[in-house]
Amino acid sequence: MVLTIDRATHDAIIAHARRDHPDEACGVVAGPIGSDVPARFIPMLNAAMSPTFYEFDSGDLLKLYREMDDRDEEPVVVYHSHTSTEAYPSRTDINLAGEPGAHYVLVSTRDGADQGGPVDFRSYRIVDGEVTEEEVRVVDSYADDAITDAATQQKAEH
Amino acid sequence: MAIEVRIPTILRPYTGGERAVEGSGATVTELIDKLEVEHPGIKERLLENGEARRFVNIYVNDEDIRFTGGLDTAVADGDTVVILPAVAGGAVSGF
Repeated sequence: MVLTIDRATHDAIIAHARRDHPDEACGVVAGPIGSDVPARFIPMLNAAMSPTFYEFDSGDLLKLYREMDDRDEEPVVVYHSHTSTEAYPSRTDINLAGEPGAHYVLVSTRDGADQGGPVDFRSYRIVDGEVTEEEVRVVDSYADDAITDAATQQKAEH
Repeated sequence: MAIEVRIPTILRPYTGGERAVEGSGATVTELIDKLEVEHPGIKERLLENGEARRFVNIYVNDEDIRFTGGLDTAVADGDTVVILPAVAGGAVSGF
């Protein structure tokens, strides 16, 4: 298993985490259903505004899922930051993980990483309480046909 | 016409993979009881000790039922009910 993500989106996640430090930052990268391509970066508000907890506002959550539905997208990546611990899913992260198909990205802004130091950027699958870390492959851009192919296939299935 | 209930990915194993199912009932409580008959096991994922679970959101016609009377919220034919797991987590322990 591997998460392939473009440089711009990877950097945008880190920038968001630094901006919201010391609170946890959170968001989604949506992509065409079945494509496994994180294409549309959607930073979300952490309604908990907490250094140790994040939660999408319930109204924002509904809007987000409606919009993805309308665009035939799914959450390819669900990301959040830890601001004083490592970029590894906590027991809370595992218990509350509700998207078995998503790549769960964690970044850590601890130890001054919020100020510009290196930020740990790691990705996991979380299914039925099981955590599996996966490789993160950062690319300059997605192969031109990766998204188009998925969209075409999606249409063909409809 | 029935009540359309939209099912999130994580609960689709209970609905044979269906993204939406039909429901009936006069309140959310009744709706969930009837869903349980057709889709055994789903109730346990929505309720805990008779209350809506903290990290499951239920919307009736786009309104979160937390703000409209909880499980007693009225539903009727033609309504749309959306179920979404909260997207939440964090370094804190205890959830």
